[in-house]
Amino acid sequence: MEETKTKAAQKSLLSRLSGDSYILRLLAITILIFIAFSIVLPGKFFTVRNLQSMAVQFPEFGILAFAIMITMITGGIDLSIVGAANLAAIAAALILTHLGGDGGMSLSLVIPLAMVAALIVGSIAGLINGFLVAKVGITPILATLGTWSLYTGLSYVITGGPAITTTQLAFIGNSSVVGLPIPVIVFALLAVAFSIMLNRTTFGFNVYMLGTNPTAARFSGINIDRVLIRTYWLSGLVASIAGIIFLSRANSAKPDYGASYVLLTVLIAILGGISYTGGVGKVSGLVLAVLSIQFLSTGLNMLMLQLSGSSKAIFFRQFAWGGLLLLVMVINYYSEKWKDKRASEAA
Amino acid sequence: MADEIIRLTGIHKSFAGVRALQDVDLTIERGKIHCLVGENGCGKSTLIKIIAGVYERDAGEMIINGTRYEKLTPIEAIREGIQVIYQDFSLFPNLTVAENIALNEELAEGRRFVNWRNVYRVAEDALAQIDVQLPLKARVEEMSVANKQLIAISKALRQNAQVIIMDEPTSALTEREVRALFSVIRKLEARGITFLFVSHKLNEVLEISEKIIVLRNGKNVSQGNRSEYDNRRLVREMTGHDITTKRYTYTPDKSSEPLLRVDGLSAKDLLYEISFDLYAGEIVGVTGLLGSGRTELALALFGTLSIDAGQISINGEPVKIKSIQDAIAHGIGYVPEDRLTEGLFLERSIGNNVVVRIIDRLRGTLGFTDPRRVNAQIDHWVNALSIKTSDPSLPAKTLSGGNQQRVVLAKWLASEPNLLIMNGPTIGVDIGSKDELHEMMKTLAGQGMGLLVISDDIPELLATCNRILLMRHGRIVEEIQPAQTNENELAAKLIEE
Amino acid sequence: MFRSLIKRNEFLVAVTIIALVLYIGFRNPVFYTYSNIFDLLRSGTVVGIFAMGVLVVIVSGGIDVSFTAIAVFALYSTVKFMVTYAPDAPIWMAFVMASLIGLGLGMINAFFISKFHLPTLIVTLGTLSMFHGFLLFAIGNQIIRNKLPPSLTAFARTALVSIQMDRGIANLHPAIFITIVVAIFTWLLLDYTMLGRGIYALGGAREAAERAGFNINHIQYFIYGFVGLLSGIAGMTFGALNRQANPQDIVGTELNVIAAVVLGGATLTGGRGTVIGTILGVTLVVIANNSLILIGIPPVWQRVVIGIIILIGTGLPAIQERRAGKAMVGLADM
Repeated sequence: MEETKTKAAQKSLLSRLSGDSYILRLLAITILIFIAFSIVLPGKFFTVRNLQSMAVQFPEFGILAFAIMITMITGGIDLSIVGAANLAAIAAALILTHLGGDGGMSLSLVIPLAMVAALIVGSIAGLINGFLVAKVGITPILATLGTWSLYTGLSYVITGGPAITTTQLAFIGNSSVVGLPIPVIVFALLAVAFSIMLNRTTFGFNVYMLGTNPTAARFSGINIDRVLIRTYWLSGLVASIAGIIFLSRANSAKPDYGASYVLLTVLIAILGGISYTGGVGKVSGLVLAVLSIQFLSTGLNMLMLQLSGSSKAIFFRQFAWGGLLLLVMVINYYSEKWKDKRASEAA
Repeated sequence: MADEIIRLTGIHKSFAGVRALQDVDLTIERGKIHCLVGENGCGKSTLIKIIAGVYERDAGEMIINGTRYEKLTPIEAIREGIQVIYQDFSLFPNLTVAENIALNEELAEGRRFVNWRNVYRVAEDALAQIDVQLPLKARVEEMSVANKQLIAISKALRQNAQVIIMDEPTSALTEREVRALFSVIRKLEARGITFLFVSHKLNEVLEISEKIIVLRNGKNVSQGNRSEYDNRRLVREMTGHDITTKRYTYTPDKSSEPLLRVDGLSAKDLLYEISFDLYAGEIVGVTGLLGSGRTELALALFGTLSIDAGQISINGEPVKIKSIQDAIAHGIGYVPEDRLTEGLFLERSIGNNVVVRIIDRLRGTLGFTDPRRVNAQIDHWVNALSIKTSDPSLPAKTLSGGNQQRVVLAKWLASEPNLLIMNGPTIGVDIGSKDELHEMMKTLAGQGMGLLVISDDIPELLATCNRILLMRHGRIVEEIQPAQTNENELAAKLIEE
Repeated sequence: MFRSLIKRNEFLVAVTIIALVLYIGFRNPVFYTYSNIFDLLRSGTVVGIFAMGVLVVIVSGGIDVSFTAIAVFALYSTVKFMVTYAPDAPIWMAFVMASLIGLGLGMINAFFISKFHLPTLIVTLGTLSMFHGFLLFAIGNQIIRNKLPPSLTAFARTALVSIQMDRGIANLHPAIFITIVVAIFTWLLLDYTMLGRGIYALGGAREAAERAGFNINHIQYFIYGFVGLLSGIAGMTFGALNRQANPQDIVGTELNVIAAVVLGGATLTGGRGTVIGTILGVTLVVIANNSLILIGIPPVWQRVVIGIIILIGTGLPAIQERRAGKAMVGLADM
């Protein structure tokens, strides 16, 4: 009895490891990229200063990637995240500039108020998406395409176009706790929270089941409307957290900030092994994808600058991102093929 | 000497070391209806694909229309007049009926441009050949399964089919549609078309075929004329042992409140004045033709079909069931007819499938899911329902049909329903598994659960139910006592107008 | 059932357009002037060409988001080449070169999609980033505006019809003919060639299409090559109409085009979509984009209105489908 139990445990560990071969490969790639740049760029890449500068950069899109992740696991997508993030940032900036200016309320009151306002705006944006997807039944890609335009549009209407400048949140973007910049801490907390939520809660379980087969989920008694609305609400909420980070780093809120992040976060999610057909995806994959993208961006930037000395380097990384995505997909293709071949040979 | 159109001798075929076919002989005679029977996994599909040229055999001889083929390509098979109609019909849901019928022909002729007038002419001709009228400009997705099948047959005929091979052609058809299909097949047979049916519905096999070929574990068991076979022999040869079906008798204690009371339930154009009681420990069958309302009744009880009038009571308490959540709250479970899309999460693990209903109860400290409790539940149910798997963390799609159905059953049993509605409980399940599932249903009823079984599988109804409700046009027209009827009588009642 | 639904969808879009046109025209008669109508046609020219390519991909069950990068890549490379090596080349050479570049880039998409069986969205997302990145760091990132080849400037100034208005002249640019020709070609392709039927077949049931004998690889090469080619033409047209080659133009508008095609009744799951529907979808998006200012909606509201139009345009059919779906419950055992 005892023996069979250990066998079962071993088996599940083994199968769990082989099931995670994608994550292992991604880990290897991430480490490889890091080592390669450390060697090629001696004294530049692997330095405290560079690590710190990378650490304040990646949380901005890394946080947004969680929003994309959870919607993609349900088989949907949320294109409106950047729109929602900017709208939330604008709401916070408005409160900071109108209530917190000279002779206004005290900062200790205005700052929490601004943050809460941002979170509320993000929540509303997410709930609207959830309503459109779950209750109206619009395909998520189209519903959030529409709200992307809507939220961005509202930002333009509110600001009239230009940015709203405020430096009152700069302390979030600039200060650090025990050597870790606050944005990184926020990112790490979100990673832990998402990991627990996806693996150890009923909601997380239902998210995976819904993403695998919505019809079976419905017939199994999962309230799919509620799960979907909650998913998109969370997505909007996470977007508003990203919005606060935007504001704290850029010291301004504007309607068209971070437009390229939509593409980038989808790319990160796919690189992280989150299936766009739903039901598959892990926080570990997402975090590795965020890190590898950041290493690649910074490393390539430095490399191009060193080689050509021109500002074109920022364009090269765009090329590299796309190339990396295709490369990983092709490697996956061959590894699947190889696995199939080995399986049939073994049989 | 009969006119042989296909003759296979000593066919061997292995896949990656696993033997699928071993020394199989098969003779197809011109103008006759043949049935290839056997349980799932006996090698039927492999054999068909060898005849169609999709698979290459490892050894053996193949003679078609007198020509010996060393290697048969799909194109050559089609040229020899062999047409296979697979279970998915290979139709295009988004294209019109006419185009589906004519497309292959246009392609085969190597056309580059579409001549729409020709497409409609071809389609009209093809349907006229089997005396069927269908709207040519309607999309195929609007057609019923039966009509899709007729479209597939017309398509095959247009390609000069001599032999039409049909893979499980009746599995998604109701009794009446089966009749219609059989009459088309007989008509074509009279015109010299040869048929090879693959089936495991024994009644139908015995009804339609002239020649029967039985396979088991990739080997021939027997082949011969229909007259040599009966139900008992087929079961024995397919499974290797006799299966005796015991009927289920149970007389509920009617002094107690019924588990389920349905009173005057109506839904516009679908259900009229449905009333019946179901007591704990009963297995009540609901049968009827397509459109009789049998599935609608199940869906109304499960909260996915809204009702206009009537009252449902559970244990004497009047309840309102407006959603699946309501139904579940009142202890109702539903094993759907379409297991693959409505019942299972194919890519998720067997374990996940089992606990999906109860995950919320398996929480530990701080309200988080407790993996130990989850695994304990999974182990329990995999053992209790003898789900055959090496590892419950494998995806559900790795299981056979019978085991998949056990997973769906386990999912519901885990949440301890009082009433379990089973729609087509053994569709696509092989005979051995079917019998075990029937026994399981009886055990559950014995433990005090109420079962409502929706089915048009007559032997199944007779083997499992203590009462059968016959539906027609959205009404219950008769209550039948299985002990006082037989298969033929019930079959006749089923197709009566 | 579905057929009539699709019809209703096209019908719905047409009704919306008519209502919008009547309302805007009622509020501001300027809408009906030649100069406004010519402006609308001009705006629809490029979107219309793109939309035909996107329609073909969506019908096949795929999606392409890289077409904007292909367009700007083809445009910028061609113009840069002409400026440097062949400033006197005729305009048709520019179009031929841009088309060929587009075709080539489209073939790269096709290669990844057919050789590795990768999902089309992911491949084109990757190539979108690659093509645009490559263009910016390897070919150029400065706007070319002042020393454009004379043939291009001349083409930009051509007018098919010139009508003297109270203020200035209303010109109809002949580039709209490119769109018309492309639309007719796409219609003939989809409805009257076996290749076109193969594209519908592929989008409807891939496996059945293979069994029927369609060569899926060839069809996919054609589809993505076709989109690439049209993108090259669209990019060149865009540059010619705007008299500049800006490597940051066009990219970012892909979802607008996809939205127009989907509004026109094409479904992202494949197998459905018509040229007529697509033209209606493009018309609606173009009117919404360009004419709101005529009824006093300030330009800052433009995105809000577009968003609402997308939501209504996709929401109404979704609600209809839900209703139809509810009524269909119970036919599950058909």
